[in-house]
Amino acid sequence: MATLHVNVVSAEESIFSGEAKFVALPGENGELGILPRHTPLITRIKPGAVRIERADNGQEEFVFVAGGILEVQPDGVTVLADTAIRGHDLDEAKATEAKKAAEEAIKNAQSDIDLARAQSEFAMMAAQIAAIQKLRKR
Amino acid sequence: MAAGKEIRGKIKSFENTKKITKAMEMVSASKMRKAQDRMRAARPYSEKIRSITANLSKANPEYRSPYMRMGGQSGATGFIVVTTDKGLCGGLNTNVLRSVTNKMRDVQTAGGKIEAVAIGGKGFNFLNRVGAKVIAHAVGLGDKPHIDKLIGPVKVMLDAFVEGKVDAVYLCYTRFINTMKQEPVVEQLLPLKAETIEASADQTHNWDYIYEPDAATVINELLTRYIEALIYQSVAENMASEQSSRMVAMKAATENAGNLISELKLVYNKTRQASITKELSEIVAGAAAV
Repeated sequence: MATLHVNVVSAEESIFSGEAKFVALPGENGELGILPRHTPLITRIKPGAVRIERADNGQEEFVFVAGGILEVQPDGVTVLADTAIRGHDLDEAKATEAKKAAEEAIKNAQSDIDLARAQSEFAMMAAQIAAIQKLRKR
Repeated sequence: MAAGKEIRGKIKSFENTKKITKAMEMVSASKMRKAQDRMRAARPYSEKIRSITANLSKANPEYRSPYMRMGGQSGATGFIVVTTDKGLCGGLNTNVLRSVTNKMRDVQTAGGKIEAVAIGGKGFNFLNRVGAKVIAHAVGLGDKPHIDKLIGPVKVMLDAFVEGKVDAVYLCYTRFINTMKQEPVVEQLLPLKAETIEASADQTHNWDYIYEPDAATVINELLTRYIEALIYQSVAENMASEQSSRMVAMKAATENAGNLISELKLVYNKTRQASITKELSEIVAGAAAV
């Protein structure tokens, strides 16, 4: 019997890799069930569980994904899983947050520059002390 | 014995420093292994994305993503600068920041503006110091990079590119080659070069995917993830470089401290002996005088 090669990978690690008889996952437009020799398909998936029926021992594996992208080939399934729950609004919120933090940093730039200056001065002093110590030793 | 006591104090303080650097070396050695594993674990994802994107661009040769737009007219260049949060890791940050400065100088002499995203505290401080416009930053990443923390700052830069505020985006980080060798890299991230993606596609290609909801949305989502994966990979490599560079630096520091201690011990023993000899000769001289 034909099997599917299933790969579930996220940016941080490879979550699952193996042969399967059947895979079910939450597609954007509804639950998808994929059997071997499925026509090529590519879609976004919603946060949810991916059910994998293993080919070797017939056991079911559940992998939770926080959304991502699914690619189906006749002989294999690739799930590019997101490690974080994504969504346009959420991404937008993160971007605004990052922007705000940068703006605030510019506002407080004085203190940052002071800190940076202090750090470089400190490094210079440390180098001077080391040099003096070396000279004294002679 | 004033000099002797002073030297003894110095030896003590060097011994303490040596203990600290030794401990840091061992901590970095164990963190380095984990950081390298994480770096390798991130590879399958970007490879998979690249092969899918290759298939997609073969199937839709006419489609051009906003990330592939060439020849912007804004005159500004974006930099994503990946550095460490902490110091004491040899010349790692200095090297990457030097390459960044060179590249920035090139851009500025050509009359361009600079916008930067800083990942890592050292680069953030540096960019503020040189007066670059930092539009977003991510600091305090810890030992384990999370894509969660990178999405926001990266999106700010990607949006700036898509809106045409910057013409090109460069990614600057330290590439991990091996434990002893790390290399600063400044590479072009955007506009994405179509060749790099298409190069990995298989030659025979006479099928297309079914798209849900539609091709453009899926391709864009994929490319966004691809870019994020590249940046994540660079952060992971930077962290592996950080730990191995720190390990090497601390090993050198420990060895130097050991050398200094043995030198100081020699001086200490010499002065001790000299003072004993002096005392003896004084006693002998005293006895002779009586």
